[in-house]
Amino acid sequence: MSASSVVRPTRRIARPAIPISRVLIYFCSLLIVIWSVGPFLWQLSTSLQLDRDLIGDQPKLLPIPICFDHFVNIFVAKSFHRYIFNSLVVAGISTLLCLVIGAVAAYALARLDISGRFGVLGFVLAVSMFPQIAVVAPLYVLASNLGWLDTYRVLIVVYLALGLPFVIWVLFGHFRTIPTTLDEAARLDGARPLTIFFRIIVPIALPGIVTTGLLSFIAAWNEFMFALAFTSDIDRQTVPVGIANFTDLHYVPWGDIAAASVVVTFPLVALVLIFQRKIISGITGGAVKE
Amino acid sequence: MKVMPYKTSLREQNTPVQPEYSAIAAIARKCRRIFERWRLPGAWMLLVPALGAIGAVSVYPVLLGLWLSFRNTTLSSPDDAFIGISNYQQLFADGQFWNAWGHTIEFTGASTLLETIIGLGMALVLTERFLGRGIVRAAMLIPWAIPTVVTSKMFGWLFDGQHGLVNYLARFFGLIHTNINWYGSPEFALPTIVMADVWKTTPFMALLLLAGLQTIPRSLTEAASIDGANPWQQFWMVRFPLLAPSLLIAAMFRALDAFRIFDLVYVLTGGGPADSTEVLSTLTYKNLFSALQFGYGSALSTIMFLTEIIIAVGFGVFLLKRFREVKL
Repeated sequence: MSASSVVRPTRRIARPAIPISRVLIYFCSLLIVIWSVGPFLWQLSTSLQLDRDLIGDQPKLLPIPICFDHFVNIFVAKSFHRYIFNSLVVAGISTLLCLVIGAVAAYALARLDISGRFGVLGFVLAVSMFPQIAVVAPLYVLASNLGWLDTYRVLIVVYLALGLPFVIWVLFGHFRTIPTTLDEAARLDGARPLTIFFRIIVPIALPGIVTTGLLSFIAAWNEFMFALAFTSDIDRQTVPVGIANFTDLHYVPWGDIAAASVVVTFPLVALVLIFQRKIISGITGGAVKE
Repeated sequence: MKVMPYKTSLREQNTPVQPEYSAIAAIARKCRRIFERWRLPGAWMLLVPALGAIGAVSVYPVLLGLWLSFRNTTLSSPDDAFIGISNYQQLFADGQFWNAWGHTIEFTGASTLLETIIGLGMALVLTERFLGRGIVRAAMLIPWAIPTVVTSKMFGWLFDGQHGLVNYLARFFGLIHTNINWYGSPEFALPTIVMADVWKTTPFMALLLLAGLQTIPRSLTEAASIDGANPWQQFWMVRFPLLAPSLLIAAMFRALDAFRIFDLVYVLTGGGPADSTEVLSTLTYKNLFSALQFGYGSALSTIMFLTEIIIAVGFGVFLLKRFREVKL
């Protein structure tokens, strides 16, 4: 800190920012929005354009004339709804399991008396680094022996285990930030560890848990390699595999691909918007102020 | 006058074992604490489901893979015998392996660096209070929410050599004179993949860093501001040191994730053109599921696995050290 810095008692705490930094913030946030939404909007526009407009000399930014052929095509000709259903089942079930199992484990690691705490965390961390490609061949052999190829089971179990390290580490960090005085108080009142977990830790850490769940759902929804390796039947293949297989022999159906992108991204955008509030609210700050 | 230790038992609850205690005393104390205070079979019971799932799907297969890597197993023939280290000998003499190795390292370094820096910038903007922040934050989640396969296709269309929007815009603004065949040419293919990855993953980075920034009490930056620190100083003196653990964790996850990149490459270029984007995961996948060489493919994946361990141990040691320093 420089020597010239002096306490300025008149300085307003509530709004220390000067206008130019306000302008900068709005400019930066505009850039972020363009960066994030631009490619997707182009995909949306593409999905509504005629094929002959897509390969014209000059790209059209707006879909005029508008056409829904690509959307009709992906559902009627390519049975896209089946991939969506499969993805929902697999990602939904694995995320729920992952949150319950992972949160309990993270609570034990963050709050209870575990002598090998850092050993366990290090182990979980190490596991999360395993390149998935290192387990795909052995798991393929195992799944094949168990008759689990082309089932939901195999993908749910794999996504559960892949998501756990991430969930445990992130929730461990969240639980650590909750003051231990809350636990102490509850323990003095006679509460057992699981009671403390469900009655105190979970409600306080809910925004963090929701965010973590959202991230692990998206990870499961996006997963491609295991789904590609373990499923060959349209009744079990997930959305990423479906879209990857959209390429036709003689040309790339950009319009259909764009339509499929729009369809699978919409539910996720909706989820994000719904959970947005919970992410923002700082419940920890309200429970105990330092 | 002697001062009695105040509430030692409560404070010990979350501190790691102090080295000065003898091991036996420590174990005895812990057992007593677990059984007397908690009356539980032990907090370890809560870890069993998680560790069981991880063991079955990650640890056991890795060991099985290690075993496979010493065999000549192929799914297309009845060959399945122990052949020692000849898979590894073949691997180290394999030009394709070293080619893929180089691309993987290049990709990991470039994407992690870019994503950490841009992600931190985004997170800092989003910690400020301004009108429409919720909209920006929601918009930022869109790239992350889109499946990687879709991102590949989307960038395939954006960067298309003939009708791509990027070529059109670049020509419109006079940056280039003729269309560039982005992912169809060996020189631009890998940078295109890095761009696609940066676009897709930076918001995830920003989210993690934002969560880290929000745990830093606003009163700290306010106090610094009252003391006359400008925003730049507030960041480097107050926020950055407190954010460093979150930043490291986020960067580590990113680096390890980038190292095993598969989807983007497999869908966008398939490793081409002329193997210029072949990375370790795609090479391994092809060996496993196209050539059906489970033995050789497992040797490849074992080497990848060892490399990740080296990267992880580096980060892990640093992090654990920090954790122990921080909470005393």
